[in-house]
Amino acid sequence: MIESINDKISGENYNTINLGPTHPATHGIFQNVLTMDGEKIIHAESTVGYIHRAFEKLAERRPYNQITPITDRLNYCSAPINNMGWEMTVEKLLGVQTPKKVDYMRVIIMELARIADHVICNSILAVDCGALTGFTYIFQQREKIYEIFESICGARLTTNIGRIGGFERDFSEQTWKLIKDFLTEFPKAFREYESLVNRNRIFMDRTIGTGPMTPENALNYGFTGPNLRATGLDYDVRVMNPYSSYQDFDFTIPVGKQGDSYDRYMVRSAEMWNSISIIQQAMNKMPEGPYHADVPEFYLPPKEDVYTKMEALIYHFKIIMGETKVPIGEVYHSVEGANGELGFYLVSDGGRTPYRLHFRRPCFIAYQAYAKMIEGSVLSDAIITMSSLNIIAGELDA
Amino acid sequence: MESNNAEHTKIVEALNSRFASSIKEIAEPFGALTISVDSNNIKSIIAFLASEEMGFSFLTDVCGMHYDTTDELGVVYHIHNLYTNTRIRLKTRLPKAKPEIDSMVSLFKSANWQERETYDFYGIIFKGHPDLRRILNMDEMDYFPLRKEYALEDGTRTDKNDTMFGR
Repeated sequence: MIESINDKISGENYNTINLGPTHPATHGIFQNVLTMDGEKIIHAESTVGYIHRAFEKLAERRPYNQITPITDRLNYCSAPINNMGWEMTVEKLLGVQTPKKVDYMRVIIMELARIADHVICNSILAVDCGALTGFTYIFQQREKIYEIFESICGARLTTNIGRIGGFERDFSEQTWKLIKDFLTEFPKAFREYESLVNRNRIFMDRTIGTGPMTPENALNYGFTGPNLRATGLDYDVRVMNPYSSYQDFDFTIPVGKQGDSYDRYMVRSAEMWNSISIIQQAMNKMPEGPYHADVPEFYLPPKEDVYTKMEALIYHFKIIMGETKVPIGEVYHSVEGANGELGFYLVSDGGRTPYRLHFRRPCFIAYQAYAKMIEGSVLSDAIITMSSLNIIAGELDA
Repeated sequence: MESNNAEHTKIVEALNSRFASSIKEIAEPFGALTISVDSNNIKSIIAFLASEEMGFSFLTDVCGMHYDTTDELGVVYHIHNLYTNTRIRLKTRLPKAKPEIDSMVSLFKSANWQERETYDFYGIIFKGHPDLRRILNMDEMDYFPLRKEYALEDGTRTDKNDTMFGR
């Protein structure tokens, strides 16, 4: 297949165009060199790495609690999931058991982040199909989610939310109110959005059959998350390897059938409804108890204790200087990120920093299929396929 | 190795009956079955695990390592059986002078970019890879940055003394 295409490429009737690195229709810095026969893509090649920031090298010099802000910058559309995935990885290495309340609080935040991420992906997909109206309405709801994050940790996009062992403080009254308001407002707005887009003739014509994927190919290409589930496979880390007490909640794994852009869109839509239900369940069942685990070597003590108590001062100093001993060992922990299985492979030699930290980035692995997926399609469909794969540049290039 | 996990015991027995000479060490850190194997046989081992009989049809992750105590490089594979929900970690070590290992691209297409990334950062040559080029760093780069001899900060600086709090 590839050979025959290469023979054709040498012909003079084809145009080579650069889609990217900066292009208004690609959301982020992606370059694809396309060989075109008129409107049709004959051959594509992806170039990545334009915003590579060497996170894995940086992590080898940073104490564990200072790596959380790095993870923000992977998939920046759903930063809390990355933060908590990392915190849980370290907790696994340390053997820390978090209280149920922490697990439930984390579930609420992670599901809010998943909704925010899916809102971005689905509404931008509609924008790429020419439907701007839905996007302008639904983005108000994303703003509400960011307000919730802001009230918890003070930041909106790159959140650095939570601590190793739990949270820096309990949710305030204001936070609970914002979450409750969101749970009543969002379903209304989202239902409106769905009625605008889901069965829209133009949207369906543009996305059905665009960028299809078979389940066998999807597995072979290492797809995870909604991209894999759209092909009909029900692999979800939340169910397969429950973390943060996900086994306590009742939810379904929506799957698609054809693995095309429309199925990916619909899987994300259905997941948002599930997320709403999970948040509701977590709110109803929210247990009493402390909001952080008892790990004084990693969890910063309250400031007034630092000023008045000897132990707190010592721990404060050791945490800030990154002088806490950690066990020697290697651990792999994965969470269901908004666009797939986000894994952390952490090797510790007992030093203050990881010996090696590798991020399994779902985008990076899925994006290698993109060039093959768009070959044979027209240019406008290639744009939609990229949108529907939910490729985030920050995660792609790490 | 004694394991409480029946699935792990089964896999170890199956591997031992076929590749006994290639298996160097078997451990279960944090419940994850970790097998250190001879790098020359890695492809046949993974091909056997990926076969229908064993069912490890999903390559989760490929990453490089640099073990600075012995100055060896290594490749770590995470593979996943989605039917029984079992994960295996396979570890290999390669001499730094000649870091060559078989490519998995013919078995898993997802290995393509992951192996390119490993090559990019550690200089590990994947034999049989269709397109082994740098991927995240620029093409002109003439070293492999994640190896331990390249310190993150400029090693010639004398104004920073990190003997107390630095690695």
